[in-house]
Amino acid sequence: MFQAYDPREGKRLSLLNPEGCLADCVSALPRPSDEEVLEAYRVMVLARQADEWAVNLNRQGRMPTYVLNEGQEANSAGALLALRPDDWFVPAYRELAGMIMRGLPLHQIYLYWHGNELGSHLPRETYHMLPISVPVGSQPLHAVGLAYAERLRGSDRVVIAFMGEGATSEGDWHEALNLAGVWKSGVIFFTQNNQWAISLPAGKQTASATVAEKAFAYGFEGVQVDGNDLFAVYAAVRQAADKARAGGGPTLIEGYTYRLGAHTTSDDPRHYRVDSEVERWRALDPLLRLERYLRLRGLLRKKDVQDIKQKCLARAQAEFEQAERLNDPSLEDTFRFMFHELPQPLARQLERRRP
Amino acid sequence: MSSLCLVEAVTDALAVEMEADPAVLVFGQDVGGKGGVFRATVGLQERFGEERCFDTPLSEGGIVGAAIGMAVGGLKPVVEIQFSGFTYSAFNQLANHAARLRNRSRGSLTVPMVLRTPHGGGIRAPEHHSECMEALFGHMRGLKVVIPSTPYDAKGLLIAAIRDPDPVVFLEPARIYRSVRQEVPQEAYAIPLGKARVEAEGSELTLVSYGAQMKEAREAVRQLAAKGRSVELIDLRTIYPLDAETLVASVRKTGRLLVVHEASESFGAAAEVMAAAVEGAFEHLQAPPARLTGPDVFAPLARGEHHYLIRSEQITLEAERVLAYEP
Ligand SMILES: Cc1ncc(C[n+]2csc(CCOP(=O)(O)OP(=O)(O)O)c2C)c(N)n1
Repeated sequence: MFQAYDPREGKRLSLLNPEGCLADCVSALPRPSDEEVLEAYRVMVLARQADEWAVNLNRQGRMPTYVLNEGQEANSAGALLALRPDDWFVPAYRELAGMIMRGLPLHQIYLYWHGNELGSHLPRETYHMLPISVPVGSQPLHAVGLAYAERLRGSDRVVIAFMGEGATSEGDWHEALNLAGVWKSGVIFFTQNNQWAISLPAGKQTASATVAEKAFAYGFEGVQVDGNDLFAVYAAVRQAADKARAGGGPTLIEGYTYRLGAHTTSDDPRHYRVDSEVERWRALDPLLRLERYLRLRGLLRKKDVQDIKQKCLARAQAEFEQAERLNDPSLEDTFRFMFHELPQPLARQLERRRP
Repeated sequence: MSSLCLVEAVTDALAVEMEADPAVLVFGQDVGGKGGVFRATVGLQERFGEERCFDTPLSEGGIVGAAIGMAVGGLKPVVEIQFSGFTYSAFNQLANHAARLRNRSRGSLTVPMVLRTPHGGGIRAPEHHSECMEALFGHMRGLKVVIPSTPYDAKGLLIAAIRDPDPVVFLEPARIYRSVRQEVPQEAYAIPLGKARVEAEGSELTLVSYGAQMKEAREAVRQLAAKGRSVELIDLRTIYPLDAETLVASVRKTGRLLVVHEASESFGAAAEVMAAAVEGAFEHLQAPPARLTGPDVFAPLARGEHHYLIRSEQITLEAERVLAYEP
């Protein structure tokens, strides 16, 4: 279904240009409604404001190490918009917009980054989502397993797993793609190629011209999309999901994007990349682009933009305070989720630590 | 002499050995241009070139597996695994090949490599960044496991590790990477692996620790001294092979033992130290050997860290309990 966009021929699916105009071919592809685009816009603005506020909090000493999302929001927002709320969402750690889109409360997301494990409390039937996965490249295998479970239980849910381009160097990543190919799993592998894995540029991560083309070696399709283009991401994920739901197997989608900020608040990108590159990508900001589109279509007025931004910032601030106010995990909390029942050694160790 | 903190002593050891031996090379994630996420390899690429200090793709199994081949091929790779918990991804290569190749090939092929990785928590880090894996490595067989607690030891032990003919896991206590400075000789010097260091002599209790936990142990010794108690403080420095000789000699003298480590309790290094004391100094013991360790849980994230870390006051309390024990 992605024949027209074969990455091996240097093609990339791109629909919304930086000026905010949609390409004609969009009519032949799945496309979100105006309401959905507006919803995605609001989610992306909230993600952007929440992100900036988190960095600010880190500088104030109120937030431990935080992972930045600036510039990548359209990838996970567009992908989650194209899926059903009960399709499984297997994130890496740079999918803030997608998490908001999935309905995870911002205060809970903040709770995680603030260093409270309750941030990862995700009842299965509520979110159909796994917690943030820090070991790079490890979680795509879980997506393959989830897809197997869904199929065996007779459901048509599909699974999306996110990872960076750095993750594609891990053995687990290749094992996941291979298994998915062999099992024809209903999985969408979504690689956010943000050009940098901390200080390593994508060109030194792999000798392949694209991430997407790796899929063909595993026996399924790969497609590269403009990851700063909500419409392109949506169209690709929607088609991949439809295919997966119909039993057509996995797809690898490479969102070609850019990390505008530091890797985390502990990183200083000036050690390894030049400002001019960042500036070039700033002009391709997914949020600006969407804003232009909505303005051109008359769906958003100039004053709405400021208004939404301010409301989102206020919301981020309030939600962070909610997370900050919550009690620290108790001593018991560090023990009681290790097993279904506290075994002898743990019970003894806990007793010994009680004041 | 120069005044260095622990992470600078690591950099210094790497530079000195790269200078002395063209077979020594340093690689891993972000170690080249960026100089490592903890800045442990700063300047090495500029000084020794991209062939001897370079960034790899994001692949721990690849890093360790390739290092094994390099080591067999006559090089001396020193690899960095960025954060402790990501060493798990390299366990297959480490346990099945690095540790075993000498034995498998009946001594004909050896793996003189060093795996450096940060150790321990207390730095408000994300999950998987605070692991204490020394017991796992110690249990693997075929690996030496080293952990310094001072800048001076860091340099000398790392140099010895690089020169060692067998694979060495070199654990770096991240919490104290920059916390203290010490005068460190500019030239190369090796501190023998497998030797614990008696840091302070005492007569009533043997207190054993290592890595970042030594900081709290030292403080506890001061607190106890202020109360008139005489404690012998031993820095283990090498987890495997364990220096039972030094430990036993001390316990024979003091009759009492307390082992303190951040790592979780069950099947941990403390159990091994206690076993050595029981085996070697049984008739001298005046109290059951004791341990104060992390519980068998995962290191909590930032807001729960205080439940996990061992403070000097806790060590002092536990030491007093051991000292008060009457047979
Ligand atoms: C297995 C593993 N190794 C190393 C790390 C440390 N680390 C965290 S993020 C990162 C770079 C990841 O790059 P990429 O997969 O491209 O994703 P990005 O962070 O750019 O979104 C590294 C090396 C890790 N988390 N997991």
